[in-house]
Amino acid sequence: MWELVKAIVVVSLSLAILLAFLGLLYWLTGFLPKRWQESWRAWVFLFPAALAMVVGLLIPAIRTLYLSLFNDTSNNWVGFDNYLDIFQTRGTRLTVFNSILWVTAGTAITIIIGLAVARYADGMRGEKVAKSAIFIPVAVSLVGAGLIWTFVYAGPPFDNGLLNAVTGSIPGLPDSMGGDGERLWYLERGFGPFDPPSSAPGFNTFLLIVIFIWAQAGFAMVIFSAAIRGVPDSLIEAAKVDGATNRQVFYRVTLPYIRGTVVTVTTLTMIAGLKAFDIVAATTGGHFDTSTIANEFYQTKFVQGRNGLGAALAVLIFVLVIPIVIMNRQAQKRAEEMMGA
Amino acid sequence: MTTTAVPEPAVTEAGAPVLAPTKIYKQPVGRSVSTSLSSGWGKFLVWGLVALWIIPIMGLLVSSVRPETDVKTTGWWEWFTNFHVTTANYKAVLNSGSNGDNLWHFFLNSLEITIPSVMLSIGIATLAAYAFSWMQFPGRDWLFVATVAMLMVPLQMALIPMLQLLVNGEIFGVHVLPLERFDITTTIYGVWFAHVCFGMPFCIFIMKSFISALPKDIVEAARVDGAGHMTIFWRLIVPLSVPAIAALAIFQFVWIWNDYLVALIFTARENAPITKQLKDMTGTRGQSWHILTAAGIVAMILPIIVFFSLQRYFVRGLLAGAVKG
Repeated sequence: MWELVKAIVVVSLSLAILLAFLGLLYWLTGFLPKRWQESWRAWVFLFPAALAMVVGLLIPAIRTLYLSLFNDTSNNWVGFDNYLDIFQTRGTRLTVFNSILWVTAGTAITIIIGLAVARYADGMRGEKVAKSAIFIPVAVSLVGAGLIWTFVYAGPPFDNGLLNAVTGSIPGLPDSMGGDGERLWYLERGFGPFDPPSSAPGFNTFLLIVIFIWAQAGFAMVIFSAAIRGVPDSLIEAAKVDGATNRQVFYRVTLPYIRGTVVTVTTLTMIAGLKAFDIVAATTGGHFDTSTIANEFYQTKFVQGRNGLGAALAVLIFVLVIPIVIMNRQAQKRAEEMMGA
Repeated sequence: MTTTAVPEPAVTEAGAPVLAPTKIYKQPVGRSVSTSLSSGWGKFLVWGLVALWIIPIMGLLVSSVRPETDVKTTGWWEWFTNFHVTTANYKAVLNSGSNGDNLWHFFLNSLEITIPSVMLSIGIATLAAYAFSWMQFPGRDWLFVATVAMLMVPLQMALIPMLQLLVNGEIFGVHVLPLERFDITTTIYGVWFAHVCFGMPFCIFIMKSFISALPKDIVEAARVDGAGHMTIFWRLIVPLSVPAIAALAIFQFVWIWNDYLVALIFTARENAPITKQLKDMTGTRGQSWHILTAAGIVAMILPIIVFFSLQRYFVRGLLAGAVKG
């Protein structure tokens, strides 16, 4: 407890010192020629933030880019070898495919569920309860989410896995789909007739994505709900007067109207999927072919101590963010054009 | 990233935008039932999803109050037929003295990391947001675009060099700070610094979208009356921005509390936050299911309370960032 009080006192003091320092700098700008004053004062206000971003983000990002062109001990220039390595080694190549599955399937299902709840719960009896329930996981840390789902996916030697209890109680379900109630869900890549080649993501990766969907859908739902509220009642009433069904109203009026919001949330969810690390670390640790790029980055750099390959994996995350952002801009533009028309 | 889907914040008579304290789950007054898109099977779908969403959490909650042998040998759903309640698991995680499992210690660590990081990042971001909104300087728009572009840079891009800076005092391989004499990861300063830096673009972005939307008239009126930037900032901008500051504080609080990656790299065992401890317990005490369940609930309870008690502030803030863009 004392430590906490101390921490808060320390941070309050440092904020006070920082502000006093900025105040002093601001006062000094009074001695500058008039035409310089305004911009120097702006820099006083910007100084701490600029310092944090340049020292904490910009320089490190450039440095990572630079390190990714060197070997694992950062003393020999290797060009793009680290990047080639990622795609030439089966393990790391698979993590890229896994991440792509997180970004595509994970996001698609999250958005559909978020939209479905926002749509069908709107005006429903018990709406508040239902939406709160879906929202709870957003407040839970992803490590906590991994723990929660471990109680769902647990398998032998433990008898307390919910999923095994469910599949085990379905008569006639083949063992390859958990029919014996003894399946090791985190370990097995296949599922029933689905038997992925060793170069493709397995079913266990999808099970981790389920945790991601569970953790993210509430966020999408809340934003979509607010956006649906923003659709003018007059528009919906007009459509209904014209004889449109609920379904038509949703697809022809509501969805186009909130398109911009859908695009934004999709982008945010995709980026979150690309950075998926906590869930993987808290469940399989990336074993059994379930690793993602972000998890592989951590393992490579901070467990194996390989600077070059680790940096290249970090850069790869960044490189994959770029098309997502570009897609967002284009879709956003189209949405705006539609609204303008 | 603009959209017209969400109305602008309500404007008071004085002209200052306020974050309307509307409950998100409440229907706005005057909404007729006829505009609802709900339907028969849609309700089934929603309640089905609610069940899917709640059951895993139920499992953890129920398990956390079951006796050790029950947790280890039977599924939590059997609690309903084989009803035993105990607080032993909670006592075990909260009172196990100094043997390293005392979760209370890590709970306080989390607060020690979270509260100062939130205060620092919001304080610094508000200053910058004011400069971006109401001060004139060459390259202002360009710099703001650069700040927004930083939102794209994933945390992972900055981790390795940040660690080199905090542990060896190196920037780009050049030794600048004498940090190698002590291990900064055993203090809380390293993790504060990391959180403040990594969260800065987002905080500036949110604060700027709010502060720049404040009415021009009052700022100019203050200028005409001879107020300098410092006065305007303290007397006008900060008080008017309280709703946005509250929203951002809630968001940052939950985000930093739930963070695992930054904590994993920038904290040592004794100053680790509760998420890191929870993960470590999952690894080292994978067999102690009963302990894990209680630990999980303890780690989750605060952000859930924060979110649900302050949701009206939070959701407005979220909308400012994610929707209004």
